[in-house]
Amino acid sequence: MQVTMTVNGTEVTRDVEPRLLLVHFLRETLGLTGTHWGCDTSNCGTCVVLVDGEPVKSCTALAAMTAGHEVRTVEGMAQNGTLDPVQQGFMEEHGLQCGFCTPGMMLTARALLDRNPDPDETEIREAISGQICRCTGYATIVRSIRWAAAHPAAAATDQEVPA
Amino acid sequence: MTTVQERSPMPQERESNPALGSPERPIGFGRIQRKEDPRFIRGKGHYIDDIVLPGMLHGAILRSPMAHARIVSIDTTEALAHPKVHAVITGKDLEGLNLAWAPTLSADVQAVLATDKVRFQGQEVAFVVADDRYAARDALELIDVEYEELPVVIDARRALDPGAPVIRDDKEGQTDNHIFDWEAGDKAETDAVFARADVVVSQEVVYPRVHPAPMETCGAVADYDPIDGKLTLYETTQAPHAHRTLYAMVAGIPEQKIRVIAGDIGGGFGNKVGIYPGYICAVVGSIVTGKPVKWVEDRSENLMSTSFARDYIMQGEIAATKDGTILAVRTHVLADHGAFNATAQPTKFPAGFFSIFTGSYDLQAAHCSVTGVYTNKAPGGVAYACSFRVTEAVYLVERMVDVLAQKLGMDPAELRLKNFIKPEQFPYKNKTGWEYDSGDYEPALRMCMEQIGYDELRREQAEKRARGELMGIGVSFFTETVGAGPRKHMDIVGLGMNDGAEVRVHPTGKAVVRISVQTQGQGHETTFAQIVGEELGIPTEDIEVVHGDTDQTPFGLGTYGSRSTPVSGAAVALAARKVRDKAKAIAAAMLETRPEDLDWEKGRFFVTGDPSAAKTIQEVALGAHGTVALPEGIDGNLDAEVTYDPPNLTFPFGAYICVVDVDAGTGKVKVRRFVAVDDCGTRINPMIVEGQIHGGLADGVGMALMEFIGFDEQGNCLGGSFMDYLIPTAMEVPDWETGYTVTPSPHHPIGAKGIGESATVGSPPAVVNAVVDALAPFGVTHMDMPCTPARVWEAMQGRATPPI
Repeated sequence: MQVTMTVNGTEVTRDVEPRLLLVHFLRETLGLTGTHWGCDTSNCGTCVVLVDGEPVKSCTALAAMTAGHEVRTVEGMAQNGTLDPVQQGFMEEHGLQCGFCTPGMMLTARALLDRNPDPDETEIREAISGQICRCTGYATIVRSIRWAAAHPAAAATDQEVPA
Repeated sequence: MTTVQERSPMPQERESNPALGSPERPIGFGRIQRKEDPRFIRGKGHYIDDIVLPGMLHGAILRSPMAHARIVSIDTTEALAHPKVHAVITGKDLEGLNLAWAPTLSADVQAVLATDKVRFQGQEVAFVVADDRYAARDALELIDVEYEELPVVIDARRALDPGAPVIRDDKEGQTDNHIFDWEAGDKAETDAVFARADVVVSQEVVYPRVHPAPMETCGAVADYDPIDGKLTLYETTQAPHAHRTLYAMVAGIPEQKIRVIAGDIGGGFGNKVGIYPGYICAVVGSIVTGKPVKWVEDRSENLMSTSFARDYIMQGEIAATKDGTILAVRTHVLADHGAFNATAQPTKFPAGFFSIFTGSYDLQAAHCSVTGVYTNKAPGGVAYACSFRVTEAVYLVERMVDVLAQKLGMDPAELRLKNFIKPEQFPYKNKTGWEYDSGDYEPALRMCMEQIGYDELRREQAEKRARGELMGIGVSFFTETVGAGPRKHMDIVGLGMNDGAEVRVHPTGKAVVRISVQTQGQGHETTFAQIVGEELGIPTEDIEVVHGDTDQTPFGLGTYGSRSTPVSGAAVALAARKVRDKAKAIAAAMLETRPEDLDWEKGRFFVTGDPSAAKTIQEVALGAHGTVALPEGIDGNLDAEVTYDPPNLTFPFGAYICVVDVDAGTGKVKVRRFVAVDDCGTRINPMIVEGQIHGGLADGVGMALMEFIGFDEQGNCLGGSFMDYLIPTAMEVPDWETGYTVTPSPHHPIGAKGIGESATVGSPPAVVNAVVDALAPFGVTHMDMPCTPARVWEAMQGRATPPI
């Protein structure tokens, strides 16, 4: 079947199997491997992307269900060459180690800050409670998101941070 | 010896020497952002499932639904007829290649694909190679396996019963489920001390089966080139070089024709040390089809079949005087190794480093014995940041000390303080043969008590108890033994536990350092650059760390057991010092003086007494590769290579205190506060050190309260998904509070001891001790992990039982 959706601001149309999961559509059909897969059961949240601005576990959604919607992945976080403050916050506060859960965590953080620009620790912990990180013990993730809240316009340009 | 502040250069020092860097961007040791982060925050990491090769096919494994059954027949006809299927491989096919069984890391064999029997639920039975991952999974459904069910052994306590089904009837002469007996310490001496002790307490302590469950599961992409006979194997491995050697030994492919590449690893924690059947199947799949084959397991496969951790049933005993002087400890352990003895640990240590169960205390005697048994459960045993079973050892002794404190009516912190090994006793030889390199325990525990407000908490607890509220304070103090190890004592399948490092300074003064260890998130690209930066004064951003590719890095045993900094970090520091020695000779030639007339300050050599006559390391690098007339015996580069054989292990330690509140109505435990004071010797990057600690603390809370791989009587795994195997989220853990002391290792070149596993090792007893402390009003003296609401509730009713 043919599906059309907007991914990181660009409209894409592809022929896919009806059973194709959104996570595989993003990773394999479009080659956007920043979205990861971790559990199959909607528990770990490493596959989180934003659909119309809301966090969605892409291992539990079909690509077909997303037709007509706007999807944002980690590859779409930096805007016009400028890192999202959330991305910079994760570097500043050591909010990542192995980096596997990081894209999902950052997108959930983005969605949280969009609706609540100044969340407290409890609100942040609730927001990321559908996601698992095995490396950080979460405290630095919370601090990273707090950093982003405190520096809404302070992000470095994409070029300033060594790639 | 102990300091609590890392010294930072004064502003005037920085001004006179740019090689000290800035406070925001120190050169060498200090808090700097990680070099690996920019790619990860952009989603540009290269994990195993991100690899796509031209023409690549996908593999999937058919697994046993039963824990113990004879395979009557396997019919692959229908699967082979699937239009997208390229190959279906069974154990019979592998027998033809002599690959149906593979050696484990513990002198046993493990079935790659089952031929005669399946021995645990989830065991590998057949491998399908297809065009895509969906088709490969579809085809699994088309394979017809007929099983004849056999009785199972799940409880290790029943494994040695007469008449228990023999799991490993494949092994010649094996007539029961016994694997090994091993002991350490002096039994007679220990028994004698116990016989004359005022007080002896005994407790069965179970460390249940848990799983490291990294966020990225295990996987491989095998690419065999039949023309030049070269195998390129992308793998989730913590030990690329050891894997290459083992593949060469097992598969008969010459070692120089094998290239193992470990890209970014999405967490390991010991889960990615072993060689799993899926990796071997991917290799065979590539050889059979002539195309690259990817295999990535799903979460259930990861939890049900790859390296589990713990599963130790420990009979602990501790002897003391009436006034609380601990005299001796002894224990017998029943170690459940699952269906194959596949633990990854040094050859002479079948129970790992468990014999460090004497803890941080000055004892008169100690003895432990460990019996390993087979059960119808997945193989493994050494994983989940356990430092080769130091986790079990620390948990046992720290639980036992609390049981003793309760018996004596002593405060558990005071009891520990009273019995610590004293600073002047280091290096300290314990009663089971370890030589603790350095330690200063009391300041660490006192710092922890002060930071958490210990006395005030005890007052609060007393008030709450009077009101019927349940609050617990748990203390633990651990000493680890990490950084394996000296090659005369330690090898894995015959490979000495050493690591190589190579430092090259290029003509422009930029450097590359090649290492044999493998980051899984620990930040090696940053930390190892900092070590070189500290030794040579080269800015971290000018140093590239190369790792994870056996074609590009020197040989070494890899990352586990907190060994990267203790072993490979030492190799890097010594290689950098060799470079510096060489640079000194070249600088002397450039300055037309003798090397002995030169002094070194970070980043440059200068003539003694004349700081203006100087050459920076960058100038020397250009000179080395340029036209400077080189001194006799010095060749024209600035490179060095070292393979490091540690003289001893390192012994990090720490004091942890946990505060819990228990809901008296539901048994739910809430971790309110957790203070961790760690001493890992020299801290290279405090930000990374703290991060390692935080992660381990969350592990400890998880194991103590939630995580558990259980089985039913038929051997069905009850922890086979994240719906059943519960891992803490941000809601279950507190905001960690940390502190530190610095007691450098005297034998390590930079005094570093390793930190990767300290918190995973040290935190579970703090949490459980807190829960038991909270339940003391109910007469509870012990309960086993996991302290789930239901199990806590049972303990409150006097029905605490070991987990099954």
